[in-house]
Amino acid sequence: MNIIKHRKIFLSISGIFVLVSVAAILFFGLKPGIDFAGGTLWQVKSETDGQLTVESLKEFFEKDLEVKNLIVYAEPENASFLARLPHLAENQHQQYLAALKNRFGGIEELRYETIGPTIGQELRRKAVFAVILVLLGISLYVAFAFRKVSYPIKSWKYGVITLITLFHDAVIPMGFYAFLGWKIGIEIDINFIVAVLVIVGFSVHDTIVVFDRIRENLLLAKNRLDLENIVNFSVNQTLARSVNTSLTLVLALAALLFVGPVSLKYFVLTILLGTVVGTYSSIFIASPLLTVWHKFSKV
Amino acid sequence: MKKNPVILLIGIIFLTVVSGIFVYPQWFGDKYMPWRLGLDLIGGTHLTYDVDLSGVESGDKDSVVNGLRDVIERRVNLFGVREPQVVTAKNGDSYRLVVELAGISNPQEAIEQIGRTAFLDFRELPSIENSTATELQFVPTELTGRYLLKAQVITSQLGQPEISLEFNGEGSKLFEDITGRNIGKPLAIYIDNEIVSAPTVNDKIIGGQAVITGVPAKEAQPLANLLNAGALPAPVNLIGQYTVGATMGNEFLRKSIVAGVLGTILIIVFMIVYYRGFGFFASLALLVYIILTLAVFKGVSITMTLSGIAGFILSIGMAVDANILIFERTKEEIKKGLSKITAVEEGFRRAWSSIRDSNITTIISSVVLYYFTSSFVKGFALALLIGVLVSMFSAITVTRTILRVFVK
Repeated sequence: MNIIKHRKIFLSISGIFVLVSVAAILFFGLKPGIDFAGGTLWQVKSETDGQLTVESLKEFFEKDLEVKNLIVYAEPENASFLARLPHLAENQHQQYLAALKNRFGGIEELRYETIGPTIGQELRRKAVFAVILVLLGISLYVAFAFRKVSYPIKSWKYGVITLITLFHDAVIPMGFYAFLGWKIGIEIDINFIVAVLVIVGFSVHDTIVVFDRIRENLLLAKNRLDLENIVNFSVNQTLARSVNTSLTLVLALAALLFVGPVSLKYFVLTILLGTVVGTYSSIFIASPLLTVWHKFSKV
Repeated sequence: MKKNPVILLIGIIFLTVVSGIFVYPQWFGDKYMPWRLGLDLIGGTHLTYDVDLSGVESGDKDSVVNGLRDVIERRVNLFGVREPQVVTAKNGDSYRLVVELAGISNPQEAIEQIGRTAFLDFRELPSIENSTATELQFVPTELTGRYLLKAQVITSQLGQPEISLEFNGEGSKLFEDITGRNIGKPLAIYIDNEIVSAPTVNDKIIGGQAVITGVPAKEAQPLANLLNAGALPAPVNLIGQYTVGATMGNEFLRKSIVAGVLGTILIIVFMIVYYRGFGFFASLALLVYIILTLAVFKGVSITMTLSGIAGFILSIGMAVDANILIFERTKEEIKKGLSKITAVEEGFRRAWSSIRDSNITTIISSVVLYYFTSSFVKGFALALLIGVLVSMFSAITVTRTILRVFVK
């Protein structure tokens, strides 16, 4: 497969996805979930069938309990309902629960999570710190992995391109989340941050393996200036392993997504998307970018 | 490295069988060392408190927080929860107290009991001469719950529950003085600044025995427990709560096991279809990996949470990565004209740097996540980290041993 020859197509596809994702993030924004903004997530199930609907629950919270800024979802998987409310003190929680039971009969509380604004701030700070540390650690590792120079490409260029693909792989799932946030109100929680950091880790090692092979082949090649062919050959050599290692991960993730617990749905979906995007970028973006850069720096 | 591969293989099989018996939930394992499951899998509650240290000198803060932790631990132990967790954490200037109660049936009651200060004190009326107020108000004496030796629920002659208090030596002395100077006057018992009873003192009481009457029947035992556990040295505010019902937790557990099994089957099918014989051996190594990793989780008594299981399933997806790297390299070596056995050895040798590299970034991410985020993320990060480390052993040593024995 001649990937380098058709690089314009692959780079354009990625370019469009990145632009759309950035636009989605800018226009829709990323909604902070209760982990970061504080608030309550309450999942309840009716023990007496049929009484509870999204509308009746929403109306009850708004009219009878005078709760503002409320979102109610149905969770068809186990016939339950999820309500997103502002942070509640424990006595308020008990009061609301009693009122709910009073109005709708038997109510089973499946899950109740409330986070005060102070914890939200702390988690936000910790998350930012974790992201910075991971990026720093990975950048240092990239610098270390490419410390050996190989003519005709300077080693720092590999590093810069690795970081570009890292950005590419992180921004597309983020854009997807911004879209989901706008479409169905999905919020950014701590799991999302974890998912993005995991994606970043995968993406970088995939890219490094391809680059390693390019360097190895550059050292063996007779005519090093025939860069495009060497790069193309290297990508094809590592193609099977790039696809297969990602595929096994995709299989495990798909199993989690389709038969696993519903509360992990978006976490798994984010990593799944990131894995696919990361594999694409290590094959179709990283190496073509290397040749493009080399071409332009020569002119 | 030229050990006899057959002996090594027998060793691996033995280790795997022992680990399998150890991790299997229904045999010996359950009897001697059951799995520790997180509250999101068996139901329970995770409470985060902010410790209000505004009234504490800055030098005493650590000791007050430690005392607080001990008191809450004593209270929590009475709920009959298996292995309750009470930990404190300093966060900038503020102190946090985290209580985890897995498998608790009534979190509301626990929240009520944990948050109560339970400060007991005795108050007397000021002597008339000193008082200018028209209405008499009780003033605190030196006698507080600090001097309490034991609180116990007893039944009065009228069949009412009462709480008998027994003071230590110092407390008995104080009680003697206080009752001595208040003969004929009421002496009030306060808990958390609320009056519980105010009996009139008939005589000086020697021996340090007092009784609280007028406690509603269903509150007597919890109150006695609180008094025994001691008062909180500083007030706490509940600022975060995470409660999962048992039904939900069980569903999560069941579904994640199903997902793990399905994911493993899919990977094995793929490996065998794509890599044939090699894939079959890699699948055996994957099963060894799963059993050994579970044994490590259990051996170092990690509490399995939903996020931990997710991290583990993710690591199953990555465990065969090393095998894929090795097999792809082996294929290239065979193309170069090497014999199968030499190609396999070359494949292992040459793929090592890629295997190491591909795991380092994941290790970086999981170590950072372990140290810097909430306990729910910790479970994920730790499972992923252990998974990656064990997979390096299984994919390399185990697969190589199997191949050395069977590939001729």
